[in-house]
Amino acid sequence: MNFKKILSFVAATTLCFSLAGCTKAPANSGNNGDLIKVGIINNDPNESGYRTANDKDMKETFTKENGFDASFAYSLKNDEQIGYAQKFIQDEVDYLLLSAADTAGWDSVLKDAQAAGVKVILFDRTIDADDSLYEASIVSDMAKEGETAVSWLESQNLPEYNIIHIQGVMGSAAQKGRSGALTDTAKAKGWNIVTQQTAEWNAEKAQQIVQSVIDSGKSFNVIYAENDDMAKGAVAALDKANISHGVGKDVIVMGFDCNKWALEELLKKNWNYDGQCNPFQADYIVDIINKLEKGEKLEQKVVVMDEKGFDAATITQDDVNNYGI
Amino acid sequence: MAQIKTAKTNPVSEFFSKLFRNQIFIPIAALLLLAIFNLIADPSFFKITLGYSSDGNPVLSGYIMTILDYGSELAILAIGMTLVTAASGGQDISVGAAIAISGSVVLRVLCGTDSRPETLQAPIIVAFLVSCLVAMAFGAFNGTLVAYFKIQPMVATLILFTAGRSIAAWINNNELPIVSDKVFSYFGGFLPGIPIPTSFFIAVACMIITALVFKFTSLGLYIQSVGINQNSSRLNGLNPEFIKFITYVILGFFVAVAGFIKVSRLSTINYSVVAKDIEMDAILAVALGGNALSGGKFNIGASVLGAYVIQFLTTTLYKLEVSSEALSAYKAIVVIILVVMSAPIVREKLAALIKKIKASSAAKSAN
Repeated sequence: MNFKKILSFVAATTLCFSLAGCTKAPANSGNNGDLIKVGIINNDPNESGYRTANDKDMKETFTKENGFDASFAYSLKNDEQIGYAQKFIQDEVDYLLLSAADTAGWDSVLKDAQAAGVKVILFDRTIDADDSLYEASIVSDMAKEGETAVSWLESQNLPEYNIIHIQGVMGSAAQKGRSGALTDTAKAKGWNIVTQQTAEWNAEKAQQIVQSVIDSGKSFNVIYAENDDMAKGAVAALDKANISHGVGKDVIVMGFDCNKWALEELLKKNWNYDGQCNPFQADYIVDIINKLEKGEKLEQKVVVMDEKGFDAATITQDDVNNYGI
Repeated sequence: MAQIKTAKTNPVSEFFSKLFRNQIFIPIAALLLLAIFNLIADPSFFKITLGYSSDGNPVLSGYIMTILDYGSELAILAIGMTLVTAASGGQDISVGAAIAISGSVVLRVLCGTDSRPETLQAPIIVAFLVSCLVAMAFGAFNGTLVAYFKIQPMVATLILFTAGRSIAAWINNNELPIVSDKVFSYFGGFLPGIPIPTSFFIAVACMIITALVFKFTSLGLYIQSVGINQNSSRLNGLNPEFIKFITYVILGFFVAVAGFIKVSRLSTINYSVVAKDIEMDAILAVALGGNALSGGKFNIGASVLGAYVIQFLTTTLYKLEVSSEALSAYKAIVVIILVVMSAPIVREKLAALIKKIKASSAAKSAN
């Protein structure tokens, strides 16, 4: 009995050491003189079109030609991401770029990073940690995205506003920001919200919600969908009921995220507006790294990206190519 | 119908107790309840108007049409789920993920390597048949685990439930293919010249095929006997493993049909959310149909009716503009009531109660 215990203990320890050895191995191989070493922790690129575009942008920017020695790690799970972060710190990266899966639980590993002299830059997602623990955070301002969209809607000067508001998953940052702007303005301007329901980013649910409004016979002239998928579902319901939509038609269709196919709908004037949620953070990060390398101080910790809103009346093929994700 | 007619000749109490014990009673009662509720709340719920679609085809619209349209995928799935439940005494929770896979296959075949083709790269029927094969193969995978490896159905199908949507993503290289073909959109919309949603016809066709198969083969009886007692079916010369296996393959076929309608509706697929949580609704439809979730006797008609009841409920809640966060909570409450009502114990008690009331009133009138 005792012998077995000892044996298993020995086995476990050897296993631990061999595992540690594995993780340490790449550190020696990648010590390349003047390249800046970055470790990039991202969410799974399969998660959404946004993430795919984001990951592609990162991979295209952090190349050897641009002076970076980059390693990538992906997970949708916070604890796995923390594991990757520890590995990158052991590898002695210069910069740790992080899009956290979850906001909590990052304090201790970021303290380790600080102690090891690794500079941390957050992108896309923020975390619940003291802001002394990271150099900068590059984020989308969802509330501003909503405001841009709503002020565009206001500028259309419709004689009356009857809006179908299709929301994303309740409580998500994108939903809160994009809903907040519309709800506030509708209250202030006396716009009529015909219905306000969550379709949980799901095209089918959006289709049913709009179908239900059509069946009820209520009139509406604006569809404000908080992402492109839901706008597509809404449009499918309109098509079925022979309600015209797009530029100069009965119903204004608004979406978010700037998927390529959605911008193509704008180009065909089937939709009216698409708000950008900018996945291209790499240039901003490079900018910050250059500044830090020169020893300059950053003016602000939180960098909000420029995000556009596209109007079907003015969009061009170039916009579709450049901003479509 | 015939059953009710003969029952009418019996004393009233007999009629009621028979009605309560009839399996199809619960979904019908639920349907009537919802219908009466809507009639009182707003009679315009039942209004159906004839309009014209953007292509100039006649189209019927209204809440009832919406229910027939959107309830159809669920009804199709409910047929397969009933068989799986009856034979293996468990449920397949991977149907949503399997729909994502089969739908992705349809688009993959139609689009070829281009995610946004100008013309279809393959005939629609070929795409459908390929997706059937793929979905039936995944059904066979589930069936093998359940029948031959004797794994609990829910655990066995958990594998595909977890992996399915990733497989779907992989099939289309993570792209969202979009088909812009008019004919392809007929299946989730309307056929030209016919004002009733195509999906409803597809559901009816599925039911007729199933009914014919059961009429001309003994498959229904075999499934039932395997579900009731596996060992005695074996002693009677049946092969319980194979029968369980085949029900999962059949479910795979219905999954492909439902997936085909789903992709046709939007002419694209978002593999991460398509048919989300539909497995729960499909299981619920089976339960609402009064089928024992532990297997054995089954009634497909009741399950199909159960599926439309669920869609009726969903549409009613959408119509009432139930606040979005609370939607599923309301649904749960109604579901609890319906499921408790459909439990055999409650129904026996209810039948006995009615009998008692009838008896006492009869005694009173005699006095």
